[in-house]
Amino acid sequence: MIKYILKRLLMMIPVILGISFIIFAIMDLTPGDPAASALGEGSSVEARERWREERGLNDPFFVRYGRFILDALRGEFPDSYSTNEPVNEEVLYRFPTTLKLALLGTALSVVVGVSVGIISAVKQYSIIDSVSMITAMLLTSIPAFWMGLMLILLFSLKLNWLPATGIDNWKSYILPMIAVAINTMASLIRLTRSSMLEVIRADYIRTAKAKGATQKQVIFKHALRNALLPVITQIGINFGIQLGGAIIIEQVFAIPGLGTLMINSVRLKDTPMVMMSITFVAIAAGLVNLVVDLLYTLIDPRTKSTFVKN
Amino acid sequence: MADIILDIKNLYISYRTDDAVVRAVNGLNLTIEAGETVGLVGETGAGKTTTALSVMKLLPEKIGSVDQGSIFLDGENVMEIPEKKMRMLRGSKVAMIFQDPMTSLNPTQPVGNQIGEVVKLHNTDFSKAQVDSRVCEMLEVVGIPAGRRNEYPHQFSGGMKQRVVIAMALACEPNLLLADEPTTALDVTIQAQVLKLMIELKQKMNTAMLLITHDLGIVAKICDKVGIMYAGEIIEFGSIEQIFGGEWHHPYTQGLFGAIPNLRRKDKRLHSIEGMMPDPAALPEGCKFHTRCSCSLEKCKTDIPPCMEQNGHQVFCWKYAE
Repeated sequence: MIKYILKRLLMMIPVILGISFIIFAIMDLTPGDPAASALGEGSSVEARERWREERGLNDPFFVRYGRFILDALRGEFPDSYSTNEPVNEEVLYRFPTTLKLALLGTALSVVVGVSVGIISAVKQYSIIDSVSMITAMLLTSIPAFWMGLMLILLFSLKLNWLPATGIDNWKSYILPMIAVAINTMASLIRLTRSSMLEVIRADYIRTAKAKGATQKQVIFKHALRNALLPVITQIGINFGIQLGGAIIIEQVFAIPGLGTLMINSVRLKDTPMVMMSITFVAIAAGLVNLVVDLLYTLIDPRTKSTFVKN
Repeated sequence: MADIILDIKNLYISYRTDDAVVRAVNGLNLTIEAGETVGLVGETGAGKTTTALSVMKLLPEKIGSVDQGSIFLDGENVMEIPEKKMRMLRGSKVAMIFQDPMTSLNPTQPVGNQIGEVVKLHNTDFSKAQVDSRVCEMLEVVGIPAGRRNEYPHQFSGGMKQRVVIAMALACEPNLLLADEPTTALDVTIQAQVLKLMIELKQKMNTAMLLITHDLGIVAKICDKVGIMYAGEIIEFGSIEQIFGGEWHHPYTQGLFGAIPNLRRKDKRLHSIEGMMPDPAALPEGCKFHTRCSCSLEKCKTDIPPCMEQNGHQVFCWKYAE
């Protein structure tokens, strides 16, 4: 088991390196001059040239990339082009907000998605089933940012129940959390329902009924655990989507999280900041997926052999 | 006369799908006495499994329904037993062994828990230790070391899984065991083991058994009585001697026995009954077998054949009506 975890962690290294390379290359290829954005439009050509020289931006692409990676491995991060502060401090300061938002969104989508999915499957073709299927269909089709705007319109401007922007207390998390969750919630409802329906028809469910188990026992002791297997994998994938979604939703709700930082940094061509924040998100998504895969083995004893063999 | 455990009278079962009404069982009569083993033989789709499921009241919800007739389980009409009470009977009074051991066990639960579940459900006063000792006892009875009770189904072979299923079915010493092709999914050597085990257990616990199978060899080995099923009806019923020996038979039974390959004869081709079983969504009038019968009469096409009986040997055929 430990060997497997180590192996998975080691496998994350090339992934992170790959991501960093792609981001670095894209940042390099996009037009725009970081010196101009850092020093202002009115700065002289000489000043800009000096600024670039100081940061080694005139070196060839691979030299710059190599230097960035080697420094990062030593734990040294370049200063931000725009604020001249170390990027890791800024990213570490903002990351918890984004992570919290993504985790809350995941939690909400799992709780609602899985439970509605189960009810739909158990009461197949009932009114509850039709209503939740139509709702799920609607929720998948609605873009999250639009949903966010509508939520603000209704709950903040019209009803004045919840704050529209910022992140001051727990109340401010409610609307963004819903906006982040709806898309994945809808997909989880549908996935849980279909997986549950498949399992309910399995032979071992009939066996459980033949033993005299009640409907409740059959569903929770026998069906649920088996039905959740594909759902768990999807939850891991969803978390990545959720992190990405949080970045957009932060814009809508003007939340000072990693997303806002990322988008601003891209505009300013602040390569170190962009690199740092994206790498952080990538690591978080990778770790959550590892946890999900480990959860999988707790639920399905058959997958345990994967670890034993190696 | 011994106690009658199961008494099915004039049973009609149909499955309703969007396109058609499939009449799976059509006027079936069957009685099983305590400790007796009755075989139910017939082609795929003859309604054997459907009959067994209806005794457990486990027909697929909304699709399958009993339209007519009654099933008396130890004197009580199953049709009138409320679901809550039926649950108490399932597993304790009547248990079922399903066809495919590979899929009949929950893959995410240790086998010991799955046997323990049925014990716990029907002995609510049992302590954890008592349940556990019963589980170990049952596993040993079917020849699986009790130490393996915490292993999962995928760690067992097919034959062992079927033995786990049998242990599960017998854990509460049911009065009636419905064995739905218990050996079909197993290879011949394992089949012999499982059958031997079932015969031993049956004798030890004096359980009545309804054995559903295609295999006439198995029937000859363990059944007291046999019913031959065709298109949802029992068309011949009698003791093992009457069916396997005996002078007069339903043409379908003759066809079935004719289909058993004979190792001593050098046949180029295997014998089979001409034609196919009628579509249960569009059953023929009269005798359901007349379309394939070599000796069918005019009457067979229109009138349902009467029951001809001699010493308990029943044949439903016009041929012997005189």
